[in-house]
Amino acid sequence: MIRPPPSRCPDGIGPAGELGLHRAALPGRVCELPPGSGPYRSAEEPVGFLHSVETGAAGDGPGMRFVFFLSGCPFRCVYCHNPDTWKLSAGRRIDLDEALAEVTPYRSFLRMAGGVTVSGGEPMTQPDFVGALLTRLHDEMRLHTALDTTGFLGHKVADDWFDAVDLVLLDIKHSDPAAYRQITGRDLQPTLDFARRMVRLEKPMWIRYVLVPGLTDGAADMARLADILVDLGPLVQQVDVLPYHRLGEHKWAELGRAYPLGDTPTPTRAQVADAVAIFKDRGLAAR
Amino acid sequence: MNAITTIIPEEPWAGFAAGPWQADIDVRDFIQTNYRPYLGDRRFLSGPTARTLGVWAKLTDLLAIERQKGILDASVDRPAGITAHAPGWIDRDAELIVGLQTDAPLKRAIMPNGGLRMVENGLEAYGYTIDPAVKETWTKHRKSHNQGVFDAYSTEILAARKSGIVTGLPDAYGRGRIIGDYRRVALYGTDALKASKRRELHEIDDAVFDEKTMRLREELNEQIRALDELAAMARSYGCDVTKPARTGREAVQWTYFGYLAAVKEQNGAAMSLGRISTFLDIYLDRDIERGLLTEEGAQELIDDLVIKLRIVRFLRTPEYDTLFSGDPTWVTESIGGIGEDGRPLVTKTSFRFLQTLFNLGPAPEPNLTVLWSTQLPEGFKDYCAKVSIETSSIQYENDDVMRPHWGDDYGIACCVSPMRIGKQMQFFGARANLAKALLYAINGGVDEKSGEVVAHGFAPITGDTLDYDAVVEKLDPMMSWLAKTYIKALNVIHYMHDRYAYERIEMALHDRDVLRTMACGIAGLSVAADSLSAIKHAKVKVIRNKAGLAVDYAIEGDYPAYGNNDDRADSIAVWLAETFIEKIRAQPHFYRDAMPTQSVLTITSNVVYGKKTGNTPDGRRAGQPFAPGANPMNGRDKKGFIAAGASVSKIPYACALDGISWTASATPAALGRVPQERQKNLAACLDAFSAASGHHVNVNVLNRETLLDAMEHPEIYPQLTIRVSGYAVNFVKLSREQQLDVISRTFHAAM
Repeated sequence: MIRPPPSRCPDGIGPAGELGLHRAALPGRVCELPPGSGPYRSAEEPVGFLHSVETGAAGDGPGMRFVFFLSGCPFRCVYCHNPDTWKLSAGRRIDLDEALAEVTPYRSFLRMAGGVTVSGGEPMTQPDFVGALLTRLHDEMRLHTALDTTGFLGHKVADDWFDAVDLVLLDIKHSDPAAYRQITGRDLQPTLDFARRMVRLEKPMWIRYVLVPGLTDGAADMARLADILVDLGPLVQQVDVLPYHRLGEHKWAELGRAYPLGDTPTPTRAQVADAVAIFKDRGLAAR
Repeated sequence: MNAITTIIPEEPWAGFAAGPWQADIDVRDFIQTNYRPYLGDRRFLSGPTARTLGVWAKLTDLLAIERQKGILDASVDRPAGITAHAPGWIDRDAELIVGLQTDAPLKRAIMPNGGLRMVENGLEAYGYTIDPAVKETWTKHRKSHNQGVFDAYSTEILAARKSGIVTGLPDAYGRGRIIGDYRRVALYGTDALKASKRRELHEIDDAVFDEKTMRLREELNEQIRALDELAAMARSYGCDVTKPARTGREAVQWTYFGYLAAVKEQNGAAMSLGRISTFLDIYLDRDIERGLLTEEGAQELIDDLVIKLRIVRFLRTPEYDTLFSGDPTWVTESIGGIGEDGRPLVTKTSFRFLQTLFNLGPAPEPNLTVLWSTQLPEGFKDYCAKVSIETSSIQYENDDVMRPHWGDDYGIACCVSPMRIGKQMQFFGARANLAKALLYAINGGVDEKSGEVVAHGFAPITGDTLDYDAVVEKLDPMMSWLAKTYIKALNVIHYMHDRYAYERIEMALHDRDVLRTMACGIAGLSVAADSLSAIKHAKVKVIRNKAGLAVDYAIEGDYPAYGNNDDRADSIAVWLAETFIEKIRAQPHFYRDAMPTQSVLTITSNVVYGKKTGNTPDGRRAGQPFAPGANPMNGRDKKGFIAAGASVSKIPYACALDGISWTASATPAALGRVPQERQKNLAACLDAFSAASGHHVNVNVLNRETLLDAMEHPEIYPQLTIRVSGYAVNFVKLSREQQLDVISRTFHAAM
């Protein structure tokens, strides 16, 4: 079992410190962990921190998806539309059975229509819980599973952790290390390493690229990313160019934070089409 | 007329398979013996012809003027009737299917049988004055439905009506929700229908002449008279409907004449069409087979019919339009479904009806309703999903839950009410406000807004913190009181409606002995359920005014809300729906032995109900709109639309046979990134909702931004259509308040 010490916890925020007086979103779930306990501490039965679920999402994997949005993220992307999921403590404490019970009512529908996507936040912030969750979704409930990640924390888990992952939705924020750091506050290299590792593990990937005018829409930058993806080979099944939107702006205000992108416009249809074309020109299935 | 008149075969039933339908009036048997299911996709469909677009363009101009003025014109000098007006046209030389309600398009008739005041107020609101002779007739010589009702109402009914614990009662306007079997006109012609009615009349020549028999005998003769008038009206357009239709075009025309006669005579709250598409397909198919018609020609006939259905108009007051949002007529046409033998009732004409939304652009009317089944052919499912995504103009009702109750030849009246065509009708009962009933339980029958006693003989809750068991104990008898008062009102209304505004032509197109339902309804289900959930799972303190009346509530803690597939809340909603229908069924008398049913539907009067209801224990503020129909409260369904749909589908259809309405709005992105993916996903969601026994769903696929833009620039969006509770409306025709309500509803978006 891989268990990172609290000091390596994303964002340098110790989980216990945040969790003390947290009142969970749903009634009857007052979360008061004993000092020193945290999401990674229980070897037998991992617990997770769940921000919310969405029972009917499309686009986050094939078909209709049940999505777990886990809390906690080591990134601080300037265009983040879910900054309310950054802190682990933004979620409610949930054990595996509770998490699976959320999915159970929709099992037959999801088998027919899609599957389950584990997203966040950065789900790999909670590797024990997410690994166990994916395993049970995949092996017991026999559902298609997708992991929506930046790959940044991939080094924390062993190869067999991915056995229960049918599809990786890999978010690559930029192809230039400096720009990547500017957007996310983190390094690009771990994400690229992760992508290569997924190729080695023969995991199909959908690449997600958020198109932000003035920030990620440089033609040369996208061409460089496209070249990287072509190098990865046919396991890159699809490239989703996601137009930046401002629907998360109010959440920044609610958190008392200034919105870093100011009045950056959303991309036009033409800008999105141009970006898609760059990937398509290199033979990638982009949309 | 046009080229098609060249060859008209003389024998109307030539080429049809024989069956019992030839000896008796039995349209279902005709359909079952003769229709050909279509299992393919949409590729056979035709676009609009230049002729179709020309006729539609003429109307588009008139519709723009109507939108500005409120109404285009009114016929004030005579009461409406089947033969009251000379024929009228949109474009005489170009129309394939003819017939207007009055002598000009969009000119509204007056129908004082429902109530003179409604007519006068309606005219006055738009700057018209009623003809003095008409006014005198309905003041001195002729009584209206509305007057009859108020002669019989009790004080308590009046108080309940005024406070809004029962609202929308059809006591000043036509009750509607009766579907004539308009197909009978085409299949048999009026001569045969009259002969059948005469037979039905003479069968009871030797019955005991009690009130029931005498009323029926008078009605049958009125029906025969109405059939004569229908034939006369058709003759004025140069058509002989005394004999069966001989061609596809005649079948469309004859069927439409039947419907037209109904909307010339009755201003019903909903004037639905029934289930005509597969019936008509048999005729269109036969003509195509014998070389009389092309696909383009068949589509033109349906397009032309739909143009007519889009301009059905009634004179109504602005208050009525506020209650019902816009100017709805509920020309509901039910499409698809599965036969009792397992064959899909989908034909090419099912597709052709949906295709009108592309050929003519989106529109709220006719109210195209797909009878969904998981067993529908894939090609049809895909096409429905495509139409939904691109037009937001169709609704879905679960054939798999209705067929066991109503067979395979029922149609939807209004929004969600199923009835076997020609064999069943309903007494429309609007709805009772359960959220207000809960407040009455807390306040001992005193209205929280007026402070007046509406329900007598009840004691209020006196404690400061609401106890769940104590509240339920008070709510139970309050629901009994409400059911009693409500059914008394409905008995009065329908007795008087039969007396003073009997639907002659619609009932002429029914069997003599029909099943009648007393269609009760409930509003405020999610507010009441969430309030009880708050009382049970959180702590709700009562805030009273100086008079000791509970006027507000403070909630400490969180509570599970209906709409998240959480049984703690959903089971309360189920309990409310099941308990109220039990209270209804327990009433001692239902006019004409009607079978009591219930709907969970508000149309859009959820806004008005909200206005009439004070603060509620779920945290909803006074005046804030209710959620529409069986919807979760706006913003409280936090787990997406699959969870919300799962909650709604827990309400058993058996306790609400008149329908359970859910409106789901999603952004296009929430359904997928590319059109094909969206279609597939939407069809999968509809299958899931059906498999879970959900009854009805409106599907809107829209961006909130589009609606906001349409509020600011209505002129750019004359045809923007959205689904609300059970029907579709032109968004730009809603009041600003209603537009804001729609925008505030939960939009399921991609995160």
